[in-house]
Amino acid sequence: MNFFQFLRQNSSELLTLLSQHLVLVLTSTLIAVVIGIPTGILLTRNRFLRTPVLGLANIMQTIPSLALFGFLIPLSFIGGIGARTATVALVVYALLPIIRNTVTGILGVDRNVREAAIAMGMTSQQILWQVELPLAMSVILTGVRVATVISVGVATIAAAVGAGGLGVYIFRGLRQYDNNLLLAGAVPAALMALAADFSLGLLEQHFSVEAKGKKSGRSVVRRALILAVAAAIIAFIGYSLWISARSHQSASASTEKITIGSKDFTESILLAEIAAQMLEAKGVTVERQYELAGNLSHEALLGGRIDLYPEYTGTAFTAILHHQPISDPKAVNEQVKKEYAEKFKVATSESLGFENTFAILIRGEEARRLHLKTISDAVPHALNWSAGFGQDFITRADGYPGLARTYGLQFRSPPQDMDLSLTYIALASHKVDLIAGNSTEGRIAALDLVQLEDDRHYFPPYEAIYFVRQDTLDRVQKLRDVMASLAHAISPEEMRHLNYEVDGNKRRPAEVVQEWLKGKTKSQVSGGGRFQVSGFRRTGTFQPNKQGAFRRRNPETLNMKP
Amino acid sequence: MADTTQHPLVQFEDVSYTVEGVTAPIISHLNLTVESGETLVLLGESGCGKTTTLRLVNRLLLPSSGTVLVEGRSTTAWDPIQLRRRTGYVIQEAGLFPHFSVEQNIALVPRLEKWDEERIKSRVLELLELVGLQKSFLQRYPGELSGGQRQRVGVARALAAEPPLLLLDEPFGALDPLTRASLQREFLELTKRLGKTAIFVTHDVREALLVGTRIALMAAGQLVFLDTPKAFLKSDVKQAQLYLKTLESEVSVLSNR
Repeated sequence: MNFFQFLRQNSSELLTLLSQHLVLVLTSTLIAVVIGIPTGILLTRNRFLRTPVLGLANIMQTIPSLALFGFLIPLSFIGGIGARTATVALVVYALLPIIRNTVTGILGVDRNVREAAIAMGMTSQQILWQVELPLAMSVILTGVRVATVISVGVATIAAAVGAGGLGVYIFRGLRQYDNNLLLAGAVPAALMALAADFSLGLLEQHFSVEAKGKKSGRSVVRRALILAVAAAIIAFIGYSLWISARSHQSASASTEKITIGSKDFTESILLAEIAAQMLEAKGVTVERQYELAGNLSHEALLGGRIDLYPEYTGTAFTAILHHQPISDPKAVNEQVKKEYAEKFKVATSESLGFENTFAILIRGEEARRLHLKTISDAVPHALNWSAGFGQDFITRADGYPGLARTYGLQFRSPPQDMDLSLTYIALASHKVDLIAGNSTEGRIAALDLVQLEDDRHYFPPYEAIYFVRQDTLDRVQKLRDVMASLAHAISPEEMRHLNYEVDGNKRRPAEVVQEWLKGKTKSQVSGGGRFQVSGFRRTGTFQPNKQGAFRRRNPETLNMKP
Repeated sequence: MADTTQHPLVQFEDVSYTVEGVTAPIISHLNLTVESGETLVLLGESGCGKTTTLRLVNRLLLPSSGTVLVEGRSTTAWDPIQLRRRTGYVIQEAGLFPHFSVEQNIALVPRLEKWDEERIKSRVLELLELVGLQKSFLQRYPGELSGGQRQRVGVARALAAEPPLLLLDEPFGALDPLTRASLQREFLELTKRLGKTAIFVTHDVREALLVGTRIALMAAGQLVFLDTPKAFLKSDVKQAQLYLKTLESEVSVLSNR
């Protein structure tokens, strides 16, 4: 599928994301202007406030955007997940350039001009409105322009808190290593930044003092251009508001409503989507808040912004409950269930039927040549190898440091820190020799990788489960039914297959899940009662398709950053 | 118009002006009266307090002690906005509003005073002619004018609302010598014709001798000489003689060449 085919097929989703992005940027810039310009004016009047306030704005600007989103999530009014949090964060970033340029612009007004204005008997209000603001306007507009362009960029990260926008495509593209998705997110964002830069640049020129007096026929053209850009933006916003209003209406029609969250990787989205489609089949209205980064899904669950999300017992045990990793699956399950119920009032579903543990992977050829079966087997060879790990794995309690200690594992050089989804390709293309992947990753078989057995049982069990808010479970009976029917319903093979359909064959999760559920319903009729663990309808599709889903990408051209 | 008959237009009564942290006063114990219709030149080197003296008149500054009276009323008793609108002000480089056209610049104070547009229009045309600019300048912007033209607009703006008093702070200081000379001559004619009272700050002794009806020579914040230009030429005050020597030396250098 080439880029243009992709765009054609996904035009409606792209349009939605584009309008979400635009609304985010415009709302936040507008709010920042309404707050920033008066603040800037105030600072020109009060010398003692100027340094601390500008300093504060400066500091806020330096907070990394993901960290800022992280701070905002637990807050009650301005926080949470969704567009509101993103807007708050964007306003924070947009404030500094606007405030600073307002101050610089006004203080930069020629001393002679200001003195003349005072000496002509203008009141300070008249000086502000007739002299200072008009003369500072082009500098202030530069600030607004910078703020807008920054916002277009930062808004792509808003996808991580469920605010939508073009970042959804960028994050998804990074995760699935799909250039079409990356481009479909990045190109419109870049174009939007350029368009904002250009149109605000026109407006700025319009107010520029140097341009005064050089008015010619061009200014008519310029005015028309500004009007046209403004009209286009207004029309687009109107359209997207209308669309979102319409979708809101349909959402509020049903009384039983559940919001489902997911983490930002394919398997989590698939598991969320399975629950979503099963609930929808029972007439429950489902709102999807997928692709939440880091611990956002946990925070969102506790904050009541989502009602359920898929998780792994080991992750909950170590990353959220902060226990030392232990390897007894039963003990982990019971502990997690008990603590979640007591601490968070969150119910834990039965295991979904598979584990997604860390899989220590090497190339199949090496495994066969050196007869390697377990991690212990590999330790002597590791001194000649290099390793690549996702950032998560390098830092977490049940990750690399413990692994190295348990096995006495040492590499030729310190492990490279890279995006998890890139590690598979990096391994296959000999950029690294050992990675820590996910055991349910579809590409393990497709790329001829081999999982080394964890013979010292270092990794805690990572059984897939759903966490559900207890109050939601009490409220919606149909949710209980769905949870019950999903117990032990997904085999490891099935999960690997589902993952591969999305990551390898680039299909949409919703479509893959729909197809899988159809197959399940059939076997349910024959097998009665519950979903069956095995017997997936379609057989053996782990191999790359004829075009060679992986051959399309040339591993040699991968740009790996240490 | 104010009744300027009973009181001198401007009067300094034992005025001192000090700045916090600076021990020497900028102005100390200044007594000075400006009569209606005269052009009083404040002459002196930079830092002698002449600009400060000027800024005390339209309440850009308030005296630390003593009283500055304008039309018989202390500047502290004036509403500063009212006072400034009755005082034309011309500064070096004109201080025109760069985002205003020539017309808007000249019409500034009349518009602030809410004159009706017809009256403003005729007044602007009248002033433009008065300062020797063509009608075609009305829609131009200061950025398109030469220094001399800008200063003419500056003078027109200061005169617009027919203030009884004009304050000029080295108005022609930044102009080339030829332009300066012609503007000085025109200014002289203008004040004579309009019978305006003006306080004119300069450090150029030739300019002072040319435009002034009286010269107030200041040094280190004090008034050291106050009389007509003719008397100035014969003065034996030390600072006045220094100025006169510069005139002579210029001439002698030229004649010896």
